[in-house]
Amino acid sequence: MAIILLTVLALIFGVALGYVAIRFRVEGDPIVDSIDAMLPQTQCGQCGYPGCRPYAEAIAADQAEINQCPPGGESGVQALADLLGREPLPLNPENGAADEGLAMLAVIDEETCIGCTKCVQVCPVDAIVGAAKHKHNILDAYCTGCELCLPPLCPVENCIVMRAVDMTTKNWKWPNPEVKVEERAA
Amino acid sequence: MKKLWRFKGGLKLPGFKSLSNSRVVQQAPIPARIILPLRQHIGEAAEPVVAVGDKVYKGQMIATANTFISAPVHASSSGTVLDINQYAIPHQSGVTEMCIVIETDGADEWDPKIQANPNPELLSADEIRVRIREAGIVGLGGAVFPSAAKLKPTRTIDTLIINGIECEPYITCDDALMRSQPEEIIHGILMLRKLLQPLECIIAIEDNKPEAIAALQETLVKLKTAGVGSVNTIRVVSVPTVFPTGGEKQLIKVLTGKEVPQHGLPYEVGTVCLNVGTTAAVYNALYAGKPLVSRLMTVTGPQIKQPAIFEVLIGTPVENILAAAGGTVSDNYTLIMGGPMMGMSLRNATVPVVKASNCILVEKSLAQSKTTTMPCIRCGACANACPMNLLPQQLYWHARSKAFDKLVHYNLADCIECGCCSIVCPSKIPLVHYFRFAKTEKYEHEVKAKFADQSRIRTQVRETRLEKIKLEQEARKARRKAERLKKSAANTNVSKQASAG
Repeated sequence: MAIILLTVLALIFGVALGYVAIRFRVEGDPIVDSIDAMLPQTQCGQCGYPGCRPYAEAIAADQAEINQCPPGGESGVQALADLLGREPLPLNPENGAADEGLAMLAVIDEETCIGCTKCVQVCPVDAIVGAAKHKHNILDAYCTGCELCLPPLCPVENCIVMRAVDMTTKNWKWPNPEVKVEERAA
Repeated sequence: MKKLWRFKGGLKLPGFKSLSNSRVVQQAPIPARIILPLRQHIGEAAEPVVAVGDKVYKGQMIATANTFISAPVHASSSGTVLDINQYAIPHQSGVTEMCIVIETDGADEWDPKIQANPNPELLSADEIRVRIREAGIVGLGGAVFPSAAKLKPTRTIDTLIINGIECEPYITCDDALMRSQPEEIIHGILMLRKLLQPLECIIAIEDNKPEAIAALQETLVKLKTAGVGSVNTIRVVSVPTVFPTGGEKQLIKVLTGKEVPQHGLPYEVGTVCLNVGTTAAVYNALYAGKPLVSRLMTVTGPQIKQPAIFEVLIGTPVENILAAAGGTVSDNYTLIMGGPMMGMSLRNATVPVVKASNCILVEKSLAQSKTTTMPCIRCGACANACPMNLLPQQLYWHARSKAFDKLVHYNLADCIECGCCSIVCPSKIPLVHYFRFAKTEKYEHEVKAKFADQSRIRTQVRETRLEKIKLEQEARKARRKAERLKKSAANTNVSKQASAG
């Protein structure tokens, strides 16, 4: 009797679970999405992957460590460690130093630009406008500061340079009170 | 006697008001150069309507407000526009912003178009609002919110509160204004009454300013006997001296017992709150037709030779004001714009006086007053002192660890940065500094997250576009190949037929 009852129950639950699995199927990998949401979306490729999403996929597949992203900085590593329940690691110095202070933007010197469109093609966020043999320009509002357009990609010297954004009352930050005044000056 | 309520927390602070308030209001000399920042208010910066080299009159509009939350800027003396460029503004950071610089000619000649209005009573509510806006009037209590935007509430107003509290130590300019210009203030209130139609108007003054209370009460009686019946709705209410009663939310609680909802505005509880200085500026705009080009300002502190109250042209460099007050006692001083509790330290004295500047406090240099910070002992004194019912010690931990979700949970955004918690802390932890730090860090974090979302979408759009182009190219290639094959097959057929024929 008990065997029949359990078999019937197992069948009912099996059908129910099977239905739910099909009906409420989640497209894509949700863990990749939540990792991707933590990454700064600079698309710079300093982590060794061709963008933030591929890096997120590599982390989710356990193929990459969580400390490969310099723009995310130590706080980014910490956030990923909290999300994934892993130990926070110090940032991998091989990929470059963490971004400190004001954001950097790429600027094109219009006098020097020869209109080769190389930077237009490589920009991961379509922030560069221009056509062949016409001067190019970078839209400040979209530039992530990924540095992919810098020489050696740009064939002209001093055409594209990185420049810190101006400090205004909007992006100025109160200094950390934990840091002593003397250290701040240094 | 009116029933009064109490807000939680707050402090009784030493006043130091007698340093400056025994003096009569002096006229500060016209400086050689006037620096007028285009944003002296909350909201969008005004846009210049003059060019370098233009001759301007005193009171002439030199920058116009193009959005609702904005205020125009007027030349505060006559002269020539010398430059329109980035200059240091009074801000903690020492950053520069767009300013119009005027080289004064000393004549201080008013714009001939500005004329006194003999019958301001005849103005309609909309006309009054437009004139207040065009006069560049902003909240002179310190928040510098454009007043015209505040005077358009979407519900009925029960109480119009005129804020004459001035609860910070040292500051005396509102006190001086109430003592010297009570009639202007009351006529200003009568005009505002027309706009808002409140049931009652309350002028709130702390009980440490008996002369100001007496001056306003006498004026009310005088106007009543002169037959101005509408003054019946105006009352002067003396409130206990507790810092920060001058805060809008605290004052509304004290006078009406109501609490402004979180993230809400005073009109939601049927009140509108305006500073006495703003009210006097409204009088000037409507009766004399004059825009906001000057304000009363206290210059005081232990390091200034002759503490004083000045009527200052807006745009006057701070160094000129210091010189007018006899200079500093020594070179070891710190400049604070505003009061000792909520004011900001200035990096140098070349910055101009703006509409928000109510006081220049010349304190001893910070280097001389070294304090050692000790660890938090969880005594809870800060929570008892907080007038906003926050838990500063919790906020402190989370600010240190930059736990933004926790900071939201503990309502960091409601902190008014009054400084009560820092004063009572037995461990001398600069709590307000931590909260300001956390606020800017949190803001940056939010801006970055928003930018990251935008970048993610742009990357996805680009990738799908590249993918599409690639597919199209492949399809074209395949089609061409197929066409070529067909053609060559046809050719061979033709040649076969030809050879057969």
